[in-house]
Amino acid sequence: MTAPQIELNGIERVFRLGDSVVHALADIDLAIYAGEYLSVMGPSGSGKSTLLNVLGLLDSPTAGTYHLEGRDITTLSPAEQARVRSRRIGFVFQSFHLVPRLTAAENIALPMMLAGIPAAERAPQVEKALADFGLTDRARHKPDELSGGQRQRVAIARATVMQPAMLLADEPTGNLDRATGEEVIRLLEDLHDGGVTLIMVTHDQALGDRAHRRIYMEDGAIRRDSGRGAGRLPAPAPATPGGAADREP
Amino acid sequence: MRTRDVFASAFGAAAGNPLRTLLLVLAMAIGVAAVVVLTALGDGARRYVMREFTQLGSNLVIVLPGRTATGGVNPASAITSTPRDLTVEDARAVARAPSALRVAPVVVGTSEMSVGGRLRDTLVVGSTAEFLDIRRFTLAQGRFLPVEDWDRGSPVMVIGARLRADLFGAEPPLGQFVRIGERRFRVVGVLAASGSGLGMNTDELAIIPVALAQQLFNTNNLFRILVEARGRAAIEAAKRQVTSILKERHGGEEDVTVITQDAVLATFDRLLGTLTLGVAGIAAISLAVAGILVMNVMLVSVTQRRAEIGLMKALGGSGGTIRLLFLVEAALLSLAGALVGFSLGHVGAWVIRYLYPTLPAYPPDWAVLAALGTALVTGVLFGVMPARRAAALDPVLALARR
Repeated sequence: MTAPQIELNGIERVFRLGDSVVHALADIDLAIYAGEYLSVMGPSGSGKSTLLNVLGLLDSPTAGTYHLEGRDITTLSPAEQARVRSRRIGFVFQSFHLVPRLTAAENIALPMMLAGIPAAERAPQVEKALADFGLTDRARHKPDELSGGQRQRVAIARATVMQPAMLLADEPTGNLDRATGEEVIRLLEDLHDGGVTLIMVTHDQALGDRAHRRIYMEDGAIRRDSGRGAGRLPAPAPATPGGAADREP
Repeated sequence: MRTRDVFASAFGAAAGNPLRTLLLVLAMAIGVAAVVVLTALGDGARRYVMREFTQLGSNLVIVLPGRTATGGVNPASAITSTPRDLTVEDARAVARAPSALRVAPVVVGTSEMSVGGRLRDTLVVGSTAEFLDIRRFTLAQGRFLPVEDWDRGSPVMVIGARLRADLFGAEPPLGQFVRIGERRFRVVGVLAASGSGLGMNTDELAIIPVALAQQLFNTNNLFRILVEARGRAAIEAAKRQVTSILKERHGGEEDVTVITQDAVLATFDRLLGTLTLGVAGIAAISLAVAGILVMNVMLVSVTQRRAEIGLMKALGGSGGTIRLLFLVEAALLSLAGALVGFSLGHVGAWVIRYLYPTLPAYPPDWAVLAALGTALVTGVLFGVMPARRAAALDPVLALARR
């Protein structure tokens, strides 16, 4: 059996708001294998976004260990973490987070620029990404000249241009109408079909149900985990999916 | 991140908010321009004074009768000290000093002169042939006083350009006779017009041999002895030798004052140099203010661009990269401001030179370099804090806003 791509053990994330202590994540154990399609659902404040931030190295856990592809991530220096984010992780946000003064092409090129890839090498890859996402004729447009769907396509192109191993999407359709949302989800699913691990936080039950593995969170803990197995990729038998056993009493 | 990309990104960020960039560049430019213009003024004044002084002749050692350097009047000096006057003999003795290249005795007085019934009061200087070279005069016409025995002057006269015009108008002056008192002098030369200088106006001088001037003014004394040293390095030696020669001749009493033009020049140079420095310091305050403005604006910019900073972190930008981006942006803004200010300052200095052609208002190189350097350093220095703040920004919080 292959080792999990992501392995969380006893992850806690505690925020202090004045005198009160908020356990955004409480003792999370979770193993995610390469190529999984996983949805994280739950009410507001259940900790699903915090989980995504921890997975994406944007937030460090207060306690616990996080192994990504066998490496203990929590002990890495900030610069090394930035490198992991750059090479292995792609983010897709609800509000797209495009840089308004940059064109679509420049926004897509941003991760490569930050990674220190020279302009000459960037150009063909940006070209290809624009073509893949049907944005070639929009390359020179600024975000405010693009529709919501186009913006999210630019954001997804940007998230995947570095060929990350996993894609973290936080409510990717939250700011889009149904039809465009559907289009964006299909794009993400296509990427997943290409072998990328897709982890998506959503409020939308229908959307969550499309995932092959569904996690339901409440009060910073995983309440239900459908487990792997429904994956489209041939995966090893779901003997013990990490330590992520069903926590319901 | 590649250096080229860092600069392109920082430039893009600066260009993305033109008003902010414009205001910052303007603030920095005003600071730099102030330094450039004010130091140009100060240094221009210094150069103006220096030029006026050097026109008197260089390597000059001037001997005045009487001891003035000790200063003050004490009761004893009122009774006992009757300083010996300087004489032509003294001047002749001084001429033997090894470091003295040329020596000219000078007698000065005012007298009335007449040419064919036209009368005019003028300043008459009695001196010798050496006077021409020591004072760096140039002749417009004729020749200067002849080289001859200092005690027996021939009745000749050299006149200033203005005096020539007043006395002779359009007539050729050379060979004409001018009457002063009982004597008639033949005009042998005319000085080139020099314009007004510090002290006496050489254009209105009449120069005659020293012996005749002494007779004219009924005196045996000299007004000054002018000594030209053999080069700059010899000035101090000449001063020492002149002092000791005169002390010996005056019975061991040091009753003359020997001043060097260098000392006078150095004093003025120091004075005006300090003034320029002070003015530059005041102007530098505006640079510091501009630096604080840079910091303020960059801090606001960090707050405004929180989401962008968070995004860059999410996309793999390290804290160092983000710090560098903000620092480079601050440096670029400061550099642009410094360059604009540099140009503005030079335009300002040009305007001053245009309005006051006699004032050589060129900003000194050190001031220009210091202004540019200070602008860059303050810009970067005050950019550090905002850049650190940007780098330390929590990406989760930064992205959560909006």
